[in-house]
Amino acid sequence: MATGNPVTSAISPYAGDMHDDAQVEVAGQLKLIWWRFRRHRLAIVSLALVLAIYLLIVPFVEFWAPFDPEEPNSVFPFAPPQTLYLFDGGRFAPHVHSYTSRVDPATYKRVFEGDPERKVFLNFFVHAEPYKLLGLIDTNIHFFGPDDPEQRIFFLGADRLGRDMFSRLIYGTRISMSIGLVGVALSLVFGIILGGLSGYYGGVVDNVIQRAIEFLSSMPRVPLWLGLSAAIPLTWDPLHVYFMITIILSLLGWPQLARVVRGRFLSIKSDDYVISAWLDGADRWRIILRHMLPSMYSHIIASVTLAIPGMILAETALSFLGLGLRPPIISWGVLLKEAQNVRTVAQAPWLLIPALAVIVSVLALNFLGDGLRDAADPYK
Amino acid sequence: MVGYIIRRLLYVIPTLLVVSMVAFFIIDLPEGDYIDSYISQLRADDIEVNAQQIASLRDRYGLDDPLPIRYVKWMSGVVQGDFGQSFQHRQPVDQLIWERLGLTLVVATSTILFTWIVALPIGIYSAVKQYSIGDYVATFFGFVGLAIPNFLLALILMYIAFKEYGMVVGGLFSPEFEGAPWTWARVIDMLEHMWIPIIVLGTGGMAGLIRIMRANLLDELSKPYVDTARAKGMPEWRLILKYPVRVALNPFISTIGFILPTLISGAVIVSVVLSLPTTGPLLLQALQSQDMYLAGAFILLLGMLTIIGMLISDILLALLDPRIRFQ
Repeated sequence: MATGNPVTSAISPYAGDMHDDAQVEVAGQLKLIWWRFRRHRLAIVSLALVLAIYLLIVPFVEFWAPFDPEEPNSVFPFAPPQTLYLFDGGRFAPHVHSYTSRVDPATYKRVFEGDPERKVFLNFFVHAEPYKLLGLIDTNIHFFGPDDPEQRIFFLGADRLGRDMFSRLIYGTRISMSIGLVGVALSLVFGIILGGLSGYYGGVVDNVIQRAIEFLSSMPRVPLWLGLSAAIPLTWDPLHVYFMITIILSLLGWPQLARVVRGRFLSIKSDDYVISAWLDGADRWRIILRHMLPSMYSHIIASVTLAIPGMILAETALSFLGLGLRPPIISWGVLLKEAQNVRTVAQAPWLLIPALAVIVSVLALNFLGDGLRDAADPYK
Repeated sequence: MVGYIIRRLLYVIPTLLVVSMVAFFIIDLPEGDYIDSYISQLRADDIEVNAQQIASLRDRYGLDDPLPIRYVKWMSGVVQGDFGQSFQHRQPVDQLIWERLGLTLVVATSTILFTWIVALPIGIYSAVKQYSIGDYVATFFGFVGLAIPNFLLALILMYIAFKEYGMVVGGLFSPEFEGAPWTWARVIDMLEHMWIPIIVLGTGGMAGLIRIMRANLLDELSKPYVDTARAKGMPEWRLILKYPVRVALNPFISTIGFILPTLISGAVIVSVVLSLPTTGPLLLQALQSQDMYLAGAFILLLGMLTIIGMLISDILLALLDPRIRFQ
């Protein structure tokens, strides 16, 4: 699309693919990108996973989580994960063995034992804790839960207050994944404006913005992040803290995106179609928005995807150190803060499970971003 | 060469100034100022402070001056080695920071050396034997290494050590050497403790370096001069090490610039988890108790450390590659 004859240069990457040359010649850019992307297996799997998290889990956490994540339970502090039994006497009836807890007389540690006689049966679409679906619809249906709403099950164990880790992990997914998205969206706004200005005007503007980018990317980020978030007053309410943290993260996150945007701007600035638009008398913003930006969408989407994991990791690190999000907000970092101490981890290793969620989502976003980047320019 | 170094040195000065402004901005950020915290601390200990003392303290730190003047006062102190007072430790900041900063430097430098020593051969192998099993293994670990934040890796390692061997890992010294004066025995003790932080901090950067080395070398290996040398009968390994690797090494050194800030950042968090006597735990503590002069000194010095590290890497690069010198 940018230069030369796309048709001749597009044929080679698809040789041996299921599309014959005739199809490739008439396919649009989006189709070509999709064909190229599809060949990256890991990226496809990651795309499915990321979409599932963002579209199915994040908006509906109350539905997926069986219990209220804040509800403490004095009987089950540090209860270990329960085993799920799918069949009861040959019949499909998922259940767990109810825990009996006693205090070990020698060590004074609380010990939990599953009692095979007392089964807690599970059901799908049970009525339990009421909530507002998407903040609008009043309902009390949860995806699954114990038949008897008085019973408790601990798939992933319980924390020190006996709160259900499974429900907490699901709620944490909403905050951690969304902070990545919101933070990147903010960085993108900064990045496009500053990178665009830098690449389009060149000269002094470019120089100043480039120095700023260089400076920001040469500073160690964590001390700066810590310093900035330590200044958030303790009295602020959680929502404000959430937005402040997002702003702090994107304040140091925009340089990479700006660099990508600037690079693209510079490389297509002197392309024939831009020059002809200019000769036709199109004004500057029309050239930037109408002609230049569309040819960069794919690159920008790829860079944005690759920037989300950084945000997620940064939030996790900040909250883990106690300077990021604070309870009652639940994020993966806030959950991991409970696992700061080796002895606690040794006593309740399931507190580390949120780390798994962090690693899986970061890997998925990285693979997806890699695949998108490779597919971003299907004419190569 | 001298000209290049001088130009590069001159370029460092404005950067350092900006770092100091950022550090001072952070010092100034929390509500209330140093004296407020100091006085409430004294009052908590039942030490009465009268209005005159407060006024003289405020005057001494110039807390009622406008921001630029306070910055200049603070900076002129910093230049003379006076970073202000830590109200929490009731000591001048400069007595608290140097040993910790030194240890941070030691850990960071050893990690970079470790990363190089491991990443170089693996990167070369991955490129030369592209798509071999070894290459796939390296790529896989590269991805995983990049995805696991190093403080989680530290936590997992500590858990495994505790569970499997009953060891409590952490710290840089055995209890008997903590706070002891520097002796050979203490240095050896430190080296024995250092491998865990080095591995934890090194994995992320190592994964990145292996991928960079692999990509660079692959580019070089397909160039005609390699074919020419091969056609002339040069032994394969000698050829690879003598020409393409040398060219591919170039970006390798310039990546120190990228790795150093990440490394210093990572070290801050990891050292909290592993309770290393480096800058991390004290910085965190200072920020939590709003001991801002101490925190600001750390932020300033960590920033300076990175900038000087990048300066060194640029000079090394210029030594290695004449094209850069004559630009």
